[in-house]
Amino acid sequence: MTLLDVARIAADFPILGRTVRDGQRLVYLDSGATSQKPRQVLDAEREFYEKHNAAVHRGAHQLAEEATDAFESARLTIAQFVGAQTDDIVFTKNATEAINLVSYAFLNATLKAGRGMSLPDGAQRFVLAEGDEIVVSEMEHHANLVPWQELCDKTGAVLKWIGLTDDGRLNYNDLETVLNSRTKIVAITQQSNLLGTINDVGAIVAAAHGVGALVLLDACQSVPHMPVDVAALGVDFIAWSGHKMLGPLGIGCLWGRAELLAAMPPFITGGSMIETVQMDRSTFALPPKRFEAGVPMAAQAVGLAAAVNYLNAIGMDKVQAHEHALTSYALGALGDMPGVRIIGPLDSRDRGSAVSFVVDDIHPHDVGQVLDEHGVEVRVGHHCAWPVCRRYSVPATTRATFYIYNGIEDVDALVSGIQSAQQFFGVSV
Amino acid sequence: MKLENMYQEIILDHYRHPHGKGLRENVDAQVHHVNPTCGDEITLQVTIDPENPDRVIVSYDNQGCSISQASASILFDQLNNQSIQTGMTAVDHMVAMMQRTEEPNEDVLGDGIALVGVAQYPARVKCALLSWMAWKDAAIQAQGEESHA
Ligand SMILES: Cc1ncc(COP(=O)(O)O)c(C=O)c1O
Repeated sequence: MTLLDVARIAADFPILGRTVRDGQRLVYLDSGATSQKPRQVLDAEREFYEKHNAAVHRGAHQLAEEATDAFESARLTIAQFVGAQTDDIVFTKNATEAINLVSYAFLNATLKAGRGMSLPDGAQRFVLAEGDEIVVSEMEHHANLVPWQELCDKTGAVLKWIGLTDDGRLNYNDLETVLNSRTKIVAITQQSNLLGTINDVGAIVAAAHGVGALVLLDACQSVPHMPVDVAALGVDFIAWSGHKMLGPLGIGCLWGRAELLAAMPPFITGGSMIETVQMDRSTFALPPKRFEAGVPMAAQAVGLAAAVNYLNAIGMDKVQAHEHALTSYALGALGDMPGVRIIGPLDSRDRGSAVSFVVDDIHPHDVGQVLDEHGVEVRVGHHCAWPVCRRYSVPATTRATFYIYNGIEDVDALVSGIQSAQQFFGVSV
Repeated sequence: MKLENMYQEIILDHYRHPHGKGLRENVDAQVHHVNPTCGDEITLQVTIDPENPDRVIVSYDNQGCSISQASASILFDQLNNQSIQTGMTAVDHMVAMMQRTEEPNEDVLGDGIALVGVAQYPARVKCALLSWMAWKDAAIQAQGEESHA
């Protein structure tokens, strides 16, 4: 197996040294929700506050210069991580806000066009007419579903979706039937946070671009776990969160093609995002600043850049290989357990490390409770992907997700925790 | 292990053999409550006995974890055929027990006192209270219907 040196890596994460529930070793299997942070990230943030803190892009004193420099170099580091140009990376609060930024570009362009107001060149792509179509998939996180539902409600556009197969994959046949010349954007995840499925982005891009639609990729579960290169993907936007890739809470990213960002009206407005302001009107800055109203999260950007450096030092291909090995092992171990059913692809081909499962006759909450008693921290519920649970006729699942600080012994702890739950609830297997 | 505190035998019994589960036709009020963080759901109905307004019939159907299922079964035992006043008092006691501002009161809550262990797990309190909040909502609606009738 191509595993990383987990003990060495775990030593960088202060929180992994603590115990939970009366002295149990912490087995953190919830990185899909948020990852833990290495000391290097915490130190970078602290150093920013201790040495350089000032409001970015405001004022001309030395600290303001240093803070602005730290913020913009962080943007460069993060852009390079996904093969992007620096100015095409917009900082947001999280992936949810990044996706909303794009859905609101459509709404705002549509509203302004409806009132005959002038829009940036190229903004016509974002103007929706009644009956235009937005396409998502049935495996989306609510963050990449609800904003599009809202956009449709407000504009009269129609939401369509690509369905799922019984074995937890996208139904690629739907690409042909669902997409058509009215499709304006296809918003889809690269990796499902519930099923673990990794989607064939190439096939989606070919189909979408074939009908003239844009593609937004929800990269929340991919950027932290595999090499991602925006040029190679061929998509138009990607959105992801810093906190799932060892970075701080409170920062996410949107990457967009330069000509698209330039054509988009702003989302949140106020200071920093303007070019000129008069009492009755304003003009807006170029991207990325147009989309970064208010004093930005400089310390978090610096922390995220430190997270990128940490991951780069390991190598994203090695991160991916490590998770792949753990996932294969987990799929085998859980697959062999009587009374345990995996929700999602059973084989590790095109599959990330989110492993969702149900245990016969024990509700996922109760499974999670027993695991927690053993120090094994998993997520239970619908994982903000309620329609996926409905699709597979389960009310909820228990989900383990793995990252660079998890090893084989963590999967073993999961398995023995599930066995304890079966014993505790007297489920005969 | 603290697990036994939360999952007392009596809770597991109610979970495995829930009392009063099943919906009725022609009720005075029906509500549907969900726990949006986990997807637990309950449909709960109340019907005020036309002969005796102090008898309020409870019926429900639900799906969810052992705690939310057991709690609904216990609620049925305690509140079916009771007055709205009795029910409201019980709801208040249940909430206070979950917030740890009150000791378990067996006279009011019956088997419900076995849910006291849940109060130590904040993430599960909502599971225990789901049916009680649904009953309160339905009872208020049914009362409103009465006064409009
Ligand atoms: C696939 C996917 N998309 C979007 C999100 C939303 O991320 P955030 O809550 O950080 O905005 C998540 C987080 O759980 C996710 O897993």
